Amino acid sequence: MKYLDEFRDPKLAGRLVDRIRRAASRTWVIMEVCGGQTHGLLRHGIDEALAGAVELIHGPGCPVCVTPIESIDFACELAKRPGTIVASFGDMLRVPGSNGSLNRSHQEGGDARIVYSPLDAVELAIRNPDRDVVFFAVGFETTMPATALAVLQAADRKLQNFSILSAHVRVLPAMRGILSDPGNRVQAFLAAGHVCTITGYREYGELAARFGVPIVVTGFEPVDLLEGILECVTQLETGRHCVTNRYERSVRAEGNREAREIVDRVYEVADRPWRGLGIVPGGGFVLRRAYEQFDARWRFGSVATELPVLGDVRCRSGEVLSGRIRPTECAEFGEGCTPDSPLGAPMVSSEGACAAYFRYSRFPGQIACPVLSGQE
Amino acid sequence: MIGDRITLAHGEGGWLSRQLIERVIAPAFANSVLGPLNDSAILPASPRRLAFTTDSFVVTPLFFPGGDIGRLAVFGTVNDLVVSGARPRWMSLALILEEGLEVDVLRRVLGSASDAARASDVQIVAGDTKVVPRGAADKMFVATTGIGEMIDPVPPGPAAIEAGDVLIVSGPVGRHGIAILAARENLGLSPPPTSDCGSLAGLVEALRSREIPVRAMRDATRGGVTAVLHEWASTCGLTLAVEEHWLPVGDDVRGASELLGLDPIHIANEGTMVVAVPQGVAEGTLQALRGRPEGAQAAVIGHAEVDRGTPVMIRRGLGRERPLDLPSGAMLPRIC
Repeated sequence: MKYLDEFRDPKLAGRLVDRIRRAASRTWVIMEVCGGQTHGLLRHGIDEALAGAVELIHGPGCPVCVTPIESIDFACELAKRPGTIVASFGDMLRVPGSNGSLNRSHQEGGDARIVYSPLDAVELAIRNPDRDVVFFAVGFETTMPATALAVLQAADRKLQNFSILSAHVRVLPAMRGILSDPGNRVQAFLAAGHVCTITGYREYGELAARFGVPIVVTGFEPVDLLEGILECVTQLETGRHCVTNRYERSVRAEGNREAREIVDRVYEVADRPWRGLGIVPGGGFVLRRAYEQFDARWRFGSVATELPVLGDVRCRSGEVLSGRIRPTECAEFGEGCTPDSPLGAPMVSSEGACAAYFRYSRFPGQIACPVLSGQE
Repeated sequence: MIGDRITLAHGEGGWLSRQLIERVIAPAFANSVLGPLNDSAILPASPRRLAFTTDSFVVTPLFFPGGDIGRLAVFGTVNDLVVSGARPRWMSLALILEEGLEVDVLRRVLGSASDAARASDVQIVAGDTKVVPRGAADKMFVATTGIGEMIDPVPPGPAAIEAGDVLIVSGPVGRHGIAILAARENLGLSPPPTSDCGSLAGLVEALRSREIPVRAMRDATRGGVTAVLHEWASTCGLTLAVEEHWLPVGDDVRGASELLGLDPIHIANEGTMVVAVPQGVAEGTLQALRGRPEGAQAAVIGHAEVDRGTPVMIRRGLGRERPLDLPSGAMLPRIC
């Protein structure tokens, strides 16, 4: 199949592995920003193939995982509120808050539903004029244009029963936060290809120059990932730190201007708490004043006050998300915490690092990442 | 007068109930056993051992490319019997109808159930109809039981799988799950993916007539091929190793899976099975399966090995093996 087979070609991938190994004079520490990349790396065994040449640290690029518990608790309260429907993407319904997940709220008589697009949530509001429909919007810049479009459609139709509980986040400020940490070990980034499809990559120039790190826009297939890593290693070995695009078939320097304009009409940048990273300056978005009637926090603010926020104390997802520990270093991994009974979001999400380790390297004899263990 | 929609009165046991059964339901399944409409079907005694199975069907939408709930109910029951080594003979079919269902929808479903039963040479000999208030069910649920006669030689089952045995699938995987998902969520795929909803009886008969010494057969329904492999691995105590690029996957299923982040090996089938055979007869098994249209794309996908501590392994693109885990959570609810 075009656009797939050539990027999964084992011979080509094998040659890239050889080139990376030959190019690396030492072990370089590279962070893949996006959880989709984490899954690709583990699924295809790229982490193992590069053992000794590259240490891969998994980034915070899982929007479900970095969503604060407070937002999940708010969504659960809304789902239990009579006459309200909370709609979100599948993973979001399984993430535990202080008192269970959205799924749990649904089982207890609330109404939480899976949708595949924010526009489906608008449809839901049109079909249920006597109910309040809240779309629990998560995602990086990749999914934001669709949420913004949903708000614009709701505004066009003058819907009175549609709102957004927005947990959208921005990738770049989180990368800056990681680099600014005194304990930072990351020497290069694989930037998230899908995010850059929307945002472009011009903004990364300042980051690469200031912190002296190569930033390589990278896709998700094995050949994409290996090309991104090779570019990082080549730059690191020659003392360069440029922003380079290795996902040319999808990403342009300026991104998708039309999508960015739609986002810009509806949203403005704001500080935001990230699970694991704390408050990230400029790390999220809020709806502009002109659209505040579509903001669930504005609409239902009273429901959310005084809710105690209690993450499971056993869950170390904050340390996983900031790259301080590997999922397998958590005492609960695979025992007290599994995808079917998760303590924290990274074990739930299809982009979560804990879920990736659980899925691809859990069984005896399959040590998670020989590269990672013993390198520190 | 039956009317054009199902009402609660159709399930109350009065005249309307009787009319519905006599005019709509029974004619679809006319046969010598069902004829008298008694409380029980009286079956002729069989000298053979019997296989007995039960299943229920809640698929939404009721009609999907490649099938509908009626066809699915009959072939689903037939397939459970044939992969156990039985020849399907009799079935029951119970309907739970939601008030307000169009009678024409019921007629169409019963018509295709009847066609599927005829094609499988199975008689529907007992049934029941209940109507529940609007909202208490989603249009129509179907429950079946099936009885079949065991035919020698009966496959010994997964406990008999030995290291070196070959694993074969009878056709491209993931078609049913993707067809349902595409139909339900208006994914806008063109042409719409088609379900593999169909009978496995012909394929099983092809193996029997060639005297293939099958170790185990299983229709790969919910959980897809992965679920079968895990079940077998836990029974036989071996490691089952598969090669991702040997797995037959149609372009439509592959494309949709990539878009949605699904793995075809986990996705449900409704007319595709996994077969384990000794290595020496793998070629003969493939020939037997490929001799029928529904088995034309049968393929070897892997083999059984001495236990390596991991039940199921998959070799992906880069040639590295990784554990193949069962999927978590509700991936695609209400597909059958």
